[in-house]
Amino acid sequence: MTLLITLFAAILCTVLWYRKAPQDEMKISVLCFLYWGAAIMWFVDAIYEYADLGAAFFAPAPADMLNDLFLGLSVVALGLIVWLVVLLIKDPRGVIKGMFQKK
Amino acid sequence: MACFLVSAAEAVIVTVATQVVIAHENKLLPQFKRETEAQSEHKAEKIPFSRKLRWLSNLLWGGSFLLAFEHVWHGEVTPWFPFLTAAGNPADTAAMLHEMSTVGVTMAVLVTAVWGAMVLVSSSMEKKALQPILAAK
Repeated sequence: MTLLITLFAAILCTVLWYRKAPQDEMKISVLCFLYWGAAIMWFVDAIYEYADLGAAFFAPAPADMLNDLFLGLSVVALGLIVWLVVLLIKDPRGVIKGMFQKK
Repeated sequence: MACFLVSAAEAVIVTVATQVVIAHENKLLPQFKRETEAQSEHKAEKIPFSRKLRWLSNLLWGGSFLLAFEHVWHGEVTPWFPFLTAAGNPADTAAMLHEMSTVGVTMAVLVTAVWGAMVLVSSSMEKKALQPILAAK
């Protein structure tokens, strides 16, 4: 579930990045790298887990699924927070700089 | 248990390598600038290798960071010593090291392989874009 949620986030961010590429004013590439990096790593984790559990890997207990769902959503939220921090620090539109200059 | 540490270690190495490559590229800046200017007239630009290396470091740092969060979520990483719960007793430590050497190494290898594919594709696209310019010379 965590892998799926991260994978969908990575695909969505890549599409958003592609719409404006090669310009990357909103630093969407940061989100792409975050989510793709994690998705590839969780994919490897899933392969090892599948090798260990077999078909049972695709039938997780409801409690585990719920926990993984919360984890996936938390991962997406954490990624968005990292992106927001990077965006505000880099300030590509000069909004923050402009605010300080006015004062 | 601590599989993300392998990717994090690779991320540190790649970040250092990126800085070395940037310093090397800055030394060659006059030549590189000339090349870029000549190419920009024809609206084709070569991506510096340092930027391609940064793709790898970003993938590794991003993945390691989110996986570290997952390990905190599962209680495998703690903010107090020894930071990894598996490092508390020898049996768990052995299992952790085994996981790092299997899952962790595979993660780092797959991320690097994906990056390698990205570099190959972008290099071939660059070659195609620069071919008419080189032919004109």
